[in-house]
Parts: sequence; structure tokens; C-alpha cells
Amino acid sequence: MIELTDVSVSYNDKVVLSEVSLRLTERRIGVIGSNGSGKSTFARLLNGLLLPDRGTVTVDGLDTKTKAKEVRQKVGFVFQNPDYQIVFPLVEEDIAFGMKNLGFDKATIAAKTEEALKRYDLWDHRTHAAQFLSGGQKQLLAISGVLVMEPSYIVFDEPTTLLDLRNKLTVTGAIRELEQTAIVVTHDLDLIADFDRVIVFADNRVMADDVPEVAIGKYRKAMGDV
Amino acid sequence: MTLNTRDIVMIALFAALTAALGLFPPITLPIAGGVPITAQSMGCMLAGALAGAKRGGLALALFALLVAIGLPLMAGGRGGFGLFLTPSGGFIIGFAAAAFVIGWLFARHSGEVPLVTSIIYIAIGGIGVVYLFGIPWWAYTANQSIAVVAGKCTVFLPGDAIKVVLAALIARGVRRAYPGL
Amino acid sequence: MFDLYRPGTSFLHRAPAGGKVLALFVLGTLAFIVDDIRLIFAGLALTLLLYPVCGLTLKNAWAQIRPTLWILIAIFIAQAIFNTWQLGVFVIARFGLLLLLAGLLTLTTRASDMIDGIERGLPFLRPLGVNPAKVSLALSLALRFIPVLAQITREVREAQRVRGLENSVIALAIPLFVRTLRMSDDIADAIEARGYRP
Repeated sequence: MIELTDVSVSYNDKVVLSEVSLRLTERRIGVIGSNGSGKSTFARLLNGLLLPDRGTVTVDGLDTKTKAKEVRQKVGFVFQNPDYQIVFPLVEEDIAFGMKNLGFDKATIAAKTEEALKRYDLWDHRTHAAQFLSGGQKQLLAISGVLVMEPSYIVFDEPTTLLDLRNKLTVTGAIRELEQTAIVVTHDLDLIADFDRVIVFADNRVMADDVPEVAIGKYRKAMGDV
Repeated sequence: MTLNTRDIVMIALFAALTAALGLFPPITLPIAGGVPITAQSMGCMLAGALAGAKRGGLALALFALLVAIGLPLMAGGRGGFGLFLTPSGGFIIGFAAAAFVIGWLFARHSGEVPLVTSIIYIAIGGIGVVYLFGIPWWAYTANQSIAVVAGKCTVFLPGDAIKVVLAALIARGVRRAYPGL
Repeated sequence: MFDLYRPGTSFLHRAPAGGKVLALFVLGTLAFIVDDIRLIFAGLALTLLLYPVCGLTLKNAWAQIRPTLWILIAIFIAQAIFNTWQLGVFVIARFGLLLLLAGLLTLTTRASDMIDGIERGLPFLRPLGVNPAKVSLALSLALRFIPVLAQITREVREAQRVRGLENSVIALAIPLFVRTLRMSDDIADAIEARGYRP
């Protein structure tokens, strides 16, 4: 369980999140809200990329402030732009990066690389330059690079925003099939329509927190879409 | 010297950007008698002015290493270790030193550096330091006297002066658009 | 990966990158010590012979000299005027030799093998305060992001062309550097999210 208690974050004297308290226990959680509502900040709090100014964030009881290393392994993070998340020139080098950081041995790295790349039909591309993959394949590679680190939770920050429809469907399917808990920050309402829970951010606070139908309805209404 | 993750990323990205700038045809300016301005040679000036002494200097050192191992990254698709044995060699090394010096000079100010001051700083590094390395190596590899080589280099000075002013204007624009530097 | 490598199976292709760099360094130094033009010409002939032996063409050899041709000519003329034409021949012959030798290294060695060689050599630099893991990460990142930044440069150039600004270095460079700085924030986050600790 990820738990936020009275969390506030300011950036350059501007409040970005104000006194947010949440317990995240569901397997599929969507997070929506207009630009600048604080949802990206919220996502970065969950794996300790960002630390709260006030309040605490804990992952399975581990405080993100003091247990950074453990938290980073437990909570994987997939960014909006896979081009910035893929940091090595070749597909197989990139996928190994996170595992090397966690100190996995060579045999484990090789086995898990094969498993992950085969899962997403990237095995034939393993010695290719990541540069030449399609947008959807790059996002799948980014997801693979996180999955091999064996996280219990995966946070997605607008994973389909930059993709065309075909690639969007591929990535949406990949997220649906994950065994892990997925927390998905998005503008893509279709992606989260069948989730267990949807949290709506507005004006740096939680405006709604409910099953998708109700939460999305409130969001549409607040945005003037009736 | 301690480098955090963001420092390493900035070093790599400024090296990559200097390389990327060399992949594009030079822009010929009507002023300066049509001297071609390659955006690449401004790489060291801007790395120093924007990334600072440590990161800018290391970024251009990394760029030199990438050229040395055979990547065709210098303007016009040149690369390889052989380049360091030609008169160009001293200039490539000089870029790294220049970026360091420019970054060090900029770090002496806290707020925005006045435009004229930044032009002087970039000229000290981008012209002074670059030629300090470039001329002796050129003279050595070509068996010529330093005075003769220095005389030849005066041809490049008008173009260099334009690049310095452009780099100062660009650095100011970038700092305004990205205040967190 | 984009480099100047020409695939092949010759003994130079198979030789370890570190050994080739060392050989180039020794031969290059020798070329500067030797002051007998006959030895330089012998070296030139031998080096040229190595090109076909390694499955390379004389066109490949010429491509090593061509970019520097005007400098070589300028040097020859200067030497002929200020010293003797014999010295001019000597200096440009030595240049040609060095360029062709270095070209052999570049043409028969993959950039990735060079990088592996560098990474193996890095631990020896640890006493100088060099952290091998950091250098190796910076190298990989640079190789990964050169094509990405080249693509972004192309995009910015096209966007400015639409606005009639294609010849403005300032209009090209400011958005490019701002994007690079923003990118470095995101990439640093992505690296740390994957468990990297500097």
C-alpha cells in the first residue's frame, strides 16, 4: 500500500499540492485533472523522485524520505516521453540498466532481458538502436526496462499522450495485462474507464475520488463538458 | 570532483548537442563577407556559458573523445583519431579548455551577466583560449613558426567575433527562457 | 551505430581496439622523431599496402587525406617559400602517413569496441579521481542522444523556416538549448527512477 499523509509541496513559493491524504490499495488507479492541477507532482511523490515539503509518503511502510533505494525498486516509473527514459543506445543495453543498478547478476540479467523482450515482441530488435523503434515500441521498451526491476507498483505519467491510435491501443493493452498495481496519470479517459478507482485533481487538491463512472462524470462537469 | 546524475546528463547532452550542431550545413551570413558560421563552433562557448565550468569543460572533453574514437561528428562529417594529428587537433582540445574558462568567468557573477561583460568573457575563452591551444599545435605539426601561424589565424577573427556576439545573445536568451540555471 | 567503420575480417579488424590505439600512438610518435624522408616514404608505402590487405580500397585511403587537402597544400606552399620545397614534401608526407595510419584504426574498429576498450581502461584512471561508472554512463548517454538531438535540431530548423527565420542562428539555437536543458531534467529523473545512485 502507498499512503500519503497531509502531503504539501511548493515549488518556487507556489503551492503545487496542498494537504493531500490518500491510501492507494486498488490494483488499477487512474489519476486525472487539468494541466497544472498537481497530478504530475503527485506521481513523482510516489517513488521519491520528489519529496514532500510537509507530510509523509510511505510505500509498504517505507518512508520515501529515508528509504529511497528500497522505494525506487518497489515503485517503477514510466515517463510520458520514452525518448527521455531510454538512456542507452542499444535495446538490450537499455533494458539491463535498471537491473545493473540493483546489482542483479549476469545470468539473471540475461534471462530477464529475454523474457521481457519476448513478451513485447522486441526480441528481434535486441541489438538494434533504440532510436529506430516506433513510438509504441519505445514505450514498450520503457515499460520493459521498469518491469525487469520487479516492482510491486508502477506509476505511469501520461504514457499514451505522445502516441498515435495504434500505438496507444498497444500500450493500453500492455498496462491492462500487468500483474502489478498500476497508478496511471493521464488525460486519456478511455484508458482508465474500467479501472478500480479514479482520483481527480483540481486546484492542487483532490476534487473527486471514486469509481471511474462517478469521478470522470464530476471531472467532465467541472471542465464544463456537459 | 563530485558529479550528480543531472551533471552527468548535462555533460552528455551538451556533448551530443555540439555534435548534432555539426550535422547541419553552415549558415552563411551576408555581413562578415560571407564567412560561414557553423553553429558547432559555438558549442564550446555556449556549453561554458550555460552549463558552467565543470560541466561545460567535461562536455567538450567528452565530445573530443567521441571524435577521437572515430565518430564523424566534426562539421563536415570529419572524425577519427587522425584529426588530432592535423592542425585542427589543438583547436578541438582548446574547445574543452575554453568551455571551462568561460564557465569559470560566468560563475563569478550571481545575477544576470551584463551583455558586454559576457561578450568579453566568451571572447577570452572562445577566441583567446582556443587559439592558445590551436596555434602552437598547428605550428608544431606543420613545422612553421608560431608567428606565421598566428598571422594566418587573423583571417578567422572577423568570423570569430561574430560568433562571440551571437553566443552571448543566445546565452542571454536561454537564461531568460530557462531561469533555473 | 553510426561511425566510420568498414566491416571486414582482416587481422586489423580482429585485433583488439586497445592494441591498435597503442600501435598508432607509438608509430605516430616515431613519425615525429624520424628525420629521414626515405623512412617516411617507406612508412607511407607500407601503410598504403595495408589498405587492400584489410579489404579497404584506395578510395578509402584518399578519403582520409581529402578533408585536410587544402591545409596540406597551404603548408607545402608556406614551407617552400619560407624554407625549402624539400622540407615541404617531408612535412606533408609525414602528415599523409599519420592520417592514413589513424584512418586504418578508424576504419577497422567499431566505435562500440573502442568504447568497450575505454571502459576496460577506465579503472586505471581511478587514482586520478575518475569514476569509471560515471564516464561510461556519460559516453552511453551521449551516443544515445546525438541522434535524438539531431532530430530535434531538424524540427526546430523546420519550424523556424516556416516563420522565415531559417538563417537566424539565434532563432535556431535558443529553443534548441532550452529544450536540451529541459530534457536533461527529465532524463536525470528517469535515470534515478531506475535505481541509479551517483
